[in-house]
Amino acid sequence: MAKTVLMQGNEAAVEGALAAGMRFFAGYPITPSTEIAEACALRLPQEGGKFIQMEDELASIAAVLGASAAGMKAMTATSGPGFSLMQENIGYGAMAEIPCVIIDVQRAGPSTGLPTSPSQGDYMQAKWGTHGDHPVIALSPATVLECYTLIVRAFNLAEKYRTPVIFLMDEIVGHMREGIELPDPNRLIINHRKMSFHDGANKQCYYVPEGKYVPAMKPFGQGERYNITGLAHDESGFPVNSSEIAGKLITRLLDKVEKNVDDITRVEEYAMDDAETAVVCFGGTTRAVMDAVLAARADGKKVGMFRPITVWPFPEKQLLARLPQLKRILMVEHNHGQMLLEVQRTVGGTLPVDFLGRVDGTVISPSDILAKLNETEGQSHAE
Amino acid sequence: MGKKRYEMRFAGSGGQGVILASVILAEAAVISGLYTVQSQAYGPEARGGVSKAETILSSEKIWYSKVTHPDFLLALTQASLDAYTKTLADGAVVMMDDSLTLPKGVDRSRVISIPILRAAKEEVGKAFTANIVAVGAINAALRLFKDDILLEAVRRHIPAGTEEINKKALDIGAALIPQEQADVFAQKLG
Amino acid sequence: MPSDLVHLYMRIDHLPQIWCPGCGNGVIMHDVAVAIDELIHDEENSINREDIVIVSGIGCSSRAAGYLDFNSIHTTHGRAIAFASGIKMANPKLHVIVLTGDGDCSAIGGNHLIHAARRNLGLTVICFNNDIYGMTGGQYSPTTPNGDRATTAPYGNVDRPFDIANLATGAGASFSARGDVYHARETIDIIKQAIRHKGFSLVDVYSICPTYYGRKNKKGDAVEMLNWQKENLIPTARYYSMSEEDRVGKKIIGILSFNDYPEYTEEYAKIIASCRKARKK
Repeated sequence: MAKTVLMQGNEAAVEGALAAGMRFFAGYPITPSTEIAEACALRLPQEGGKFIQMEDELASIAAVLGASAAGMKAMTATSGPGFSLMQENIGYGAMAEIPCVIIDVQRAGPSTGLPTSPSQGDYMQAKWGTHGDHPVIALSPATVLECYTLIVRAFNLAEKYRTPVIFLMDEIVGHMREGIELPDPNRLIINHRKMSFHDGANKQCYYVPEGKYVPAMKPFGQGERYNITGLAHDESGFPVNSSEIAGKLITRLLDKVEKNVDDITRVEEYAMDDAETAVVCFGGTTRAVMDAVLAARADGKKVGMFRPITVWPFPEKQLLARLPQLKRILMVEHNHGQMLLEVQRTVGGTLPVDFLGRVDGTVISPSDILAKLNETEGQSHAE
Repeated sequence: MGKKRYEMRFAGSGGQGVILASVILAEAAVISGLYTVQSQAYGPEARGGVSKAETILSSEKIWYSKVTHPDFLLALTQASLDAYTKTLADGAVVMMDDSLTLPKGVDRSRVISIPILRAAKEEVGKAFTANIVAVGAINAALRLFKDDILLEAVRRHIPAGTEEINKKALDIGAALIPQEQADVFAQKLG
Repeated sequence: MPSDLVHLYMRIDHLPQIWCPGCGNGVIMHDVAVAIDELIHDEENSINREDIVIVSGIGCSSRAAGYLDFNSIHTTHGRAIAFASGIKMANPKLHVIVLTGDGDCSAIGGNHLIHAARRNLGLTVICFNNDIYGMTGGQYSPTTPNGDRATTAPYGNVDRPFDIANLATGAGASFSARGDVYHARETIDIIKQAIRHKGFSLVDVYSICPTYYGRKNKKGDAVEMLNWQKENLIPTARYYSMSEEDRVGKKIIGILSFNDYPEYTEEYAKIIASCRKARKK
């Protein structure tokens, strides 16, 4: 039997990343993500990997993309202000199709905000932070164990779809310690980018066969010369001034995620089978929601929990499947209503969607949620 | 445990090691096979001002990770004692350094006032062992964990070569609690 | 007909290049290609073409990465040195050459320049320094001389300029040098030494921009600007043979600082080795 160890969410993310094969980390200290950099500095050289503390977050994400292009599984970790600084190169990673993982341990903003306080205010930024239309995959863990297991999946998706993946943590989960049983690394499923070595038939470095969306990656600096650019480019990797080729490229980049949404999106549901009210939440907020749902159930109320684990793309199909049985939805998140917009879009006005949010840096408690459930219950009866 | 969820808060000033005390008790819970969640106030808040850490113990899976009304409070500074005695659960146990003044309105029969800071400095001989002295006293008073489990939990979180002085600090902390007091405050776990 | 060198090291399909007539950037790109060619064909200590990675940022200079037929990555504005740092860390055997400009490496990317220099990470940075933002049409850069004109300095530039080679020296670069367009042979030799250098190396190559900088400041055409370089930029040996009086207003072309500080990736490899050794015990 695996031994239970006491571990912090931030540390568990590092151990999971190492298990996934991460061997390069570049970062810049920022609360509340700093323990991730510290753990990488300690652990990476032990595994033959490399850590570098860069001069800022702009450099951190750039070094990560460089290292990944050169063949290493790479990641960085930051929080709100640093995440803002990284946005331009996250778009570069999407455009040039360089896999990597960016951990954002969210804290209360905007600006310097409340550096040590929890928040989920970067949800929309994870999707829309960089300019232009681009594919986005973001995953959000709710427990310390999930910091480990889900970041393995983050790397797998990054490698499979050749795109940056956002690992959207929050202060609640990042700074929490729990006893966890670490999975046996030999039993984890680990994906690696599909490589094409000297395949004489097609020298094009971004060649995508008909019906496929992801080009195999040529190793950079290992014997086969090619060009990588953030400019709109053709399959040879060189910039083009052709609206047709540019349009085809951007559409394919978006399709990588949109056409594989079933492979990418995951949700967790609790007590949803006969639920008439769904409390929707993600990340650290789940902890209070679970206690509230357990209390409501103990009180005989038909309340369930619906949690997107994949927060981008939003798992609309899974939520739509629950709509016929539901009478109302309560969205609970530590922001002013961000995932709420996705829920409202999905529901399309067919159900009342209530909202409980928090932007003062304090944590929403189970009793806050129970009070809101009672309040919305009264309202829907009145309707 | 009498209650399903036992909430503990540890408060002092930055540098007193209250976070480590909180982590050690969580570690002991893990070794004992209990569920635990540990968290703390970090960053600027933890430098100089009030420093706060929390450990929750339960025989069941713990979801909500924050302490709202602690069943136990350790306070090593006047500011933290004043601040956190306002939100105690019914019947909560307060352990305070005896150099501090108990605010009005706190049930004295549930207060353990002992010389943690002085014992660390004078009896152990190192002021920085105050947190380990406190851990020893907490466990003697609440009887949460077996002695060997607590010692192992401490060992996992201290630098190699400091085992002896930390063992001494645990023992001195435990000796601050008279047997009769422990009989009053003992918690039943699991 | 393109020369053999062009056929060998340039991506013919992507030529002609986009630079304006009279621009110095093509000469510097040629110098880089010649330097690499000579290193590849060095009988005593040749380097492998496939181990060369060209990294560029954004700006006129940075288009060179697309024309040179090596592993090439054209990154974002200012970040070439940071991308290059990740590439070098991931695969230290690579010769990572950053082609950048005065704006790219000393304004938006200035922080990365000084910190890569400080770390002594084994990159070679070649700055195509034309004293102006050319790609966006002639705005003043950190190397535009005080008082000169640009589209964003219609009344004369109030800023005082950087000397990029000295900036790198000040930041701890273990190899810092200056070259120019006119003294091509000297500049090729400097670039060769910079690529051979194990630690961080910077070559600040003075380019010419007759289209924007030259025209705005009445510096004449490309030939006149080259003549200015011939008269005022002096290779090291000649410079030191000149009297103090004659040196006034002149600048050295050559290596300005050199030392053998430990290289970053080699130092990090020692940490990995010691961690692994400790683990085996």
